Amino acid sequence: MTLGATEASPPDGGLPSEHIAETAEAKQIEGRSLGQIAWARLKKDKVALISATLILLIIAIAVLAPLIVKISGFPPDQPNFKDSNGNDLLDTQLGGIPAGGLFGSGMSSEHWLGVEPQNGRDVFARLVYGARASLLVALGGTVVAVVLGTVVGMVAGYFRGWVDALLSRVMDILLSFPTLLFILALTPVIADRAQSTFGIPDNNTLRMGVLIFVLGFFGWAYLARIVRGQTLSIREREFIDAARSLGAGPGYVIFRQILPNLIPTLLVYATLIIPTYITAEAALSFLGVGVKEPTASWGRMISDASNWYEGNPLYLFFPGAMLFITVLAFNLLGDSVRDALDPRAGRS
Amino acid sequence: MFNYIVRRLLQMVLILFAISAITFFLFWATPANPALLICGKDCNTERIAEVNASYGFDDPLIVQYGRYMSGLVNPGGRELGSEGSQEHCSWPCLDRSLQNGLQVTDSIADAIGPTFWLATGAAVLWLVSGVLLGLLAALRKGKWLDKLSVGLALFGVSFPTLVLGYLLVFVFIVKGGLLPYPDQANSSPSAGLVPFFQFYILPWVTLALVNAALYTRLTRANMIDTMNEDFIRTARAKGLGERQVVFKHGLRAALTPIVTIFGLDLGALLGGAVITERIFSIQGLGKLSIDSVLGNDLPVVMGVVLVAAFFVVFANIVVDVLYAFIDPRVRLS
Repeated sequence: MTLGATEASPPDGGLPSEHIAETAEAKQIEGRSLGQIAWARLKKDKVALISATLILLIIAIAVLAPLIVKISGFPPDQPNFKDSNGNDLLDTQLGGIPAGGLFGSGMSSEHWLGVEPQNGRDVFARLVYGARASLLVALGGTVVAVVLGTVVGMVAGYFRGWVDALLSRVMDILLSFPTLLFILALTPVIADRAQSTFGIPDNNTLRMGVLIFVLGFFGWAYLARIVRGQTLSIREREFIDAARSLGAGPGYVIFRQILPNLIPTLLVYATLIIPTYITAEAALSFLGVGVKEPTASWGRMISDASNWYEGNPLYLFFPGAMLFITVLAFNLLGDSVRDALDPRAGRS
Repeated sequence: MFNYIVRRLLQMVLILFAISAITFFLFWATPANPALLICGKDCNTERIAEVNASYGFDDPLIVQYGRYMSGLVNPGGRELGSEGSQEHCSWPCLDRSLQNGLQVTDSIADAIGPTFWLATGAAVLWLVSGVLLGLLAALRKGKWLDKLSVGLALFGVSFPTLVLGYLLVFVFIVKGGLLPYPDQANSSPSAGLVPFFQFYILPWVTLALVNAALYTRLTRANMIDTMNEDFIRTARAKGLGERQVVFKHGLRAALTPIVTIFGLDLGALLGGAVITERIFSIQGLGKLSIDSVLGNDLPVVMGVVLVAAFFVVFANIVVDVLYAFIDPRVRLS
């Protein structure tokens, strides 16, 4: 996988001083214009526009969930057994499946997407609130992974020597971990720990926090490798030498001089990692170690629906479709961002 | 070459050792009380003390870890439990389950079969379809076939296994009735080839789709790059036929990076495909691991993590060695 624009490092040293100034200046102009070119390309890219709009829409749904649910009228956790006319919503004779309604799932002008069997919770409200869990965990996990990966990668690449050797071994070990298995095993353990040691109740805020931490913690090693490689080449450039000769410390060079050059790589990586985390959150909730009842999450809804879908696949369809659309939108946008930032990328 | 392999194998042992230590100390430091799991419902303080003594849960963690590792290091295995309930556990000993008392090595040996068939079948499927589609797309770049395969690839990458699996079950088993409901008895080829294929075909497709899509994109990109290389022009200039240029010179060079990724993906998959195994009720490593995680069965969790990590690390080595054979420019040192 080639991520971002990898620029070959120019030969180091031995150049006359005016030459150095010239290349440094040229680099600066190129740096500015690369961002502008990419932005202009993105604005012209119809696929990027459509997917970005979709993503903004889904984010808006997640943020405005309480408002939307107020309009639709039913909170996501509230069991409903009667409609406004006092008729039964669920058929107790048939094990609590919805009584009537469109497609036999209780769809009506009150419950737009029907109600769940047995407890009569409003599917629409749960779908809307499910966006919160998915996006929060995915975005949070991405931030953790990107921050950790960038810092560790830059430190390893900048200091080299034993620091690099140590950090690289840590990355090797992390990359050899059976990640999903470990996340699976570790999530309940950490939640238990937090509960017993710090007295934090095992509610969904804690669960989501643990998911974010675990996903990020097992996701940073791959990015750190890429960042390390790029840092190794960037630190040999003249402008770094110039900064150091003027007395800049490692902190300044790493965060002010190297970091800005890594932005394209980080941007591409982040947009491509979000959809995998959305899927991961759904998978974990589906397997029962993610978000807990009664909080809604698309993965949990699919897991619940797996009990009923043979009778009525609609319960599977709604969360499945939301998951698919969200992941597709992020993948499309990630592709467009990569193409826009990497002029040589012939991939689509 | 030989030295290189030996060094990598030693490295593998070190990495596995690190993973075992991390896993052990993380999990055994949990508040979950293993003795409570073993002694079951009618439990009292005396019984717990008894279990703790016989299983050694009272000892400091480091002692417990040492005892655990002795079963893996010592070729004779080790003895589990104490006087009353002693049991021999031969090498490689991974302790016994807290839930059902079975030795973990035996449970894993039972589960590895279905996971192996699931992983290899799916791998063959996605490799063949991905490379073929990617190749066709690259050779007809910009034509409708190319656009179709690029579109399919994006679609496939975004289709969560979770959704696809249930969709296939619903269409082919529940509604279509084209395939029977999964029956564990058919999970190995000894049950007859037709039931075997009927059992695995949907899980294979489910598992293969995402990767097939990725491999299509990868093959296409690599092939387009390769066909613009100088040595392809040279091959054409020599007067070779198009078929020879494409397959002998182009595809061979384009496939080298794919071999690497294929090895790593297959290695990761051999550790268990949790979601797919759950949807199709396959009794593999993935099922074993999720059951053990949900049941707080620490020795089984530990065993599955170690086996899965072994596959990942081992696949890494195989891939690196294989790479040297395929790509003559690589010299291992």
